[in-house]
Amino acid sequence: MMPKSSLAASAQQAPLNVARIRENFPILSRKVNGQRLVYLDSAATTQKPKSVLDALQHYYTHSNANVHRAIHTLGEEATQAYEGVRDQVAKLMGGVPRSGVVFTRNATESLNLMAYSWARPRLAKGDEILISEMEHHSNLIPWIEAARVTGATLRAIPITPEGVLDFQAFGNLLNHRTKVLAISHKSNVLGTVNPIKEVAEAAHEAGAIVVVDGAQAVPHLAVDLNELGVDAYAFSAHKMLGPTGVGVLWARPDLLQEMDPFLGGGEMIREVYLDKASYNDLPWKFEAGTPNIAGVVAFGAAIDYLEQLGFDKLVQHEAMLTLYAREKLQEMGGFRLFGPSDVSRGAGVVTFHDKNVHPHDLSTIVDTHGVAIRAGHHCAQPLMRRLGVVATARASFHCYNDRDDVDALVAALHECRKYFGHE
Amino acid sequence: MNDALDGMYREVVLDHYKNPRGHCPLDRYDVQNEGFNPVCGDEVKVGLRIVDGRIVGVHSLGRGCSISVSSGSMLAEILRGKTLQEARDLAQHFKRMMHGEIRPEDYDLGDLEALEGVQKFPVRIKCALLPWTTLLDAIDAYEHGEHAKPSTTEDPQFGSRPNMVKDEQDEKRPV
Repeated sequence: MMPKSSLAASAQQAPLNVARIRENFPILSRKVNGQRLVYLDSAATTQKPKSVLDALQHYYTHSNANVHRAIHTLGEEATQAYEGVRDQVAKLMGGVPRSGVVFTRNATESLNLMAYSWARPRLAKGDEILISEMEHHSNLIPWIEAARVTGATLRAIPITPEGVLDFQAFGNLLNHRTKVLAISHKSNVLGTVNPIKEVAEAAHEAGAIVVVDGAQAVPHLAVDLNELGVDAYAFSAHKMLGPTGVGVLWARPDLLQEMDPFLGGGEMIREVYLDKASYNDLPWKFEAGTPNIAGVVAFGAAIDYLEQLGFDKLVQHEAMLTLYAREKLQEMGGFRLFGPSDVSRGAGVVTFHDKNVHPHDLSTIVDTHGVAIRAGHHCAQPLMRRLGVVATARASFHCYNDRDDVDALVAALHECRKYFGHE
Repeated sequence: MNDALDGMYREVVLDHYKNPRGHCPLDRYDVQNEGFNPVCGDEVKVGLRIVDGRIVGVHSLGRGCSISVSSGSMLAEILRGKTLQEARDLAQHFKRMMHGEIRPEDYDLGDLEALEGVQKFPVRIKCALLPWTTLLDAIDAYEHGEHAKPSTTEDPQFGSRPNMVKDEQDEKRPV
């Protein structure tokens, strides 16, 4: 992340041409409840540019065939397109070996893959799994279950009142029994970006492997896995302008090599007998069955789009919007804002709570104004408990949002006060 | 400004939300249950005290949105003095109104009629029904001499999920 001063300076300019970008997203021209759609729920899933939709359509109209087995032109084209995206992902993540890039259904499946195939056979009573209080359920439930089945102990790193990781507590929790640190790169509720490189170094010193949930990070920041030095990293295509149903697990190839397969079936085998089998090379050992070929191909178009935008500009743009939204909500008054106020520690997400209006009521009311925000526990119930709320409202941004969208949200929030008043 | 919103957030609904009835705990519970909406984390508690076949005390405590809290508050007000059968009839008729099967004027639902406007917001119907389904589960368990299992909005009896309204269409679909 860039230093605060340069962020603040760049926040004055508009780093992205949003009007131009919006033209690339067909859904943004539709109306919701008679109003312009103001989509502020990109942390749940982003909208898709036309190039991604075209890639899906083009794949099915021109090259549809199964990958890796057909000895015909279409099969060859499909395989090349599919494997080409694996190279794109390897490059996007900082030039990591492609044999560590496994396509899954989503980040959740990627994290489960690590919990099932790496952790379960290796953990025992006395071992510890370290997570954080800000985890999404997808990086929590697989570890709760792994701990339950193996007898290992699950420990959670607390967060500070500012909504960042309590580093001192982390140091105290880490010990030679810690076998896995499973942590999110960026919180889906707080927007906080965790110092992954530092925590990974410390965890490695203690002898643990580091599994990172990058679902909220990769769509918004340049992520260099070589620099972060983690052992496994999970994310989803649909949160980064790509289609649903495609996820990525990147893991160190030597780690994947030692691991048993996660799912069994076609594609992941080398030789099969009635009573035994040997398995395919990496990464295909972990890709059982026909994958979401069209989805992966379209994901390639999404990566192209993001790279053309430039992550530097995206970071600046989202920091600018986050600052603007926090300022506007504070101006309006009566909201509790969560997450770091310093946008260099996390941006792109503005989570808030009005003690007089339940987030569901907020969400319903702003929706009648065409504004889509998220209301609920955001799949992070332990974090909600920590923050002392049942649910919150969240506005989240991507490249197609601008200040007008924030203004539309604020105007709609004024409507809520009409029904629920304010002290 | 917005008719649909005005129809949902009627004054009587907001009054129940801001000053919910039935918060006081009872000294004894004959019928008791909890309900959850796992999607948003809303919770309700419903408890009844029965004497000579009539409801003499109602405890209703909700933590959630205006619609679920208001519906629970109305429940507390309307059930007092009723028999369990009358409570059950009321719950069934309320559910039918919320699903658009009957009109408010077809049955005396008291303040509950004000929740009719929620129909325009299909995802919120289950908020209105949560206290009532929790109550129905509690009465069922009581009459079977059992403890009620917590109710949730994801239970098929809510009928608010798209896959629950499909039965007839499914039959018509060519095989």
